[in-house]
Amino acid sequence: MNIHIPTPLRAYTGGQQTVSVPGATVGEALERLVGAYPDLRQNLYTGDGKLRSFVNIYLNDDDIRYLPAKEATATEESDELTIIPSIAGGN
Amino acid sequence: MVKLRYSDYAALRAHGEETYPHECCGVMLGKTEPDGNHVHKIVRAGNTRTDRAHDRYNIAPEELIRAQRQARGLGLDIVGFYHSHPDCPAQWSQTDFAEAHWVGCSYVITRVDQGKAVVTNSFLLTGTGEEDKLFIDEAVEIEVSQSVIEGQREKGQE
Repeated sequence: MNIHIPTPLRAYTGGQQTVSVPGATVGEALERLVGAYPDLRQNLYTGDGKLRSFVNIYLNDDDIRYLPAKEATATEESDELTIIPSIAGGN
Repeated sequence: MVKLRYSDYAALRAHGEETYPHECCGVMLGKTEPDGNHVHKIVRAGNTRTDRAHDRYNIAPEELIRAQRQARGLGLDIVGFYHSHPDCPAQWSQTDFAEAHWVGCSYVITRVDQGKAVVTNSFLLTGTGEEDKLFIDEAVEIEVSQSVIEGQREKGQE
């Protein structure tokens, strides 16, 4: 499946904006991704292995945090994962 | 350096005036070149922080994904974001810094005083990640087309 990499993380994927990895679930695909690009891990996960709070992962149009099976959600080859850090602030 | 067309620069400032006294926000699509981020298109976004929109903003991830898809379709990238500071300096705040995660992107901030955009600054988020990120001031370069220059000249002669 294709995983879309946001601009700030492309430094860790050799500049690639889309990476193709196999994976039967969201978690498996993400694990393959950080396996292939180890420097991504600390940018996506906390020290205890949890997804960083500002990192959003979407399976097609759905935030995986709100999917019943979350990272264990089954995926198809044609699915797309998008990594999108949050954007917020204020004075 | 962040480079914007005059029309985009004017549009993002106008957005801040329209949403005053609330903060506006949007996404900048373009290309990162050796001399900085070149903005080719700005995309308005909604501010989901309706609980305190006067001093906070947040762009829904769904809007970011749409902007990223749009960028991909145009052969562009997300190269920055803009927002306004109603009646506050056009400087990044601690909240802006804490919530900034797009290293390499330009964060454009417009001060809007009493509904009028007065100052626009840009800050480049540098570093490699959360641990060493840093905002640095960057120049805002405005590309002004000949038609805008002529329009201003005509106004001046009236």
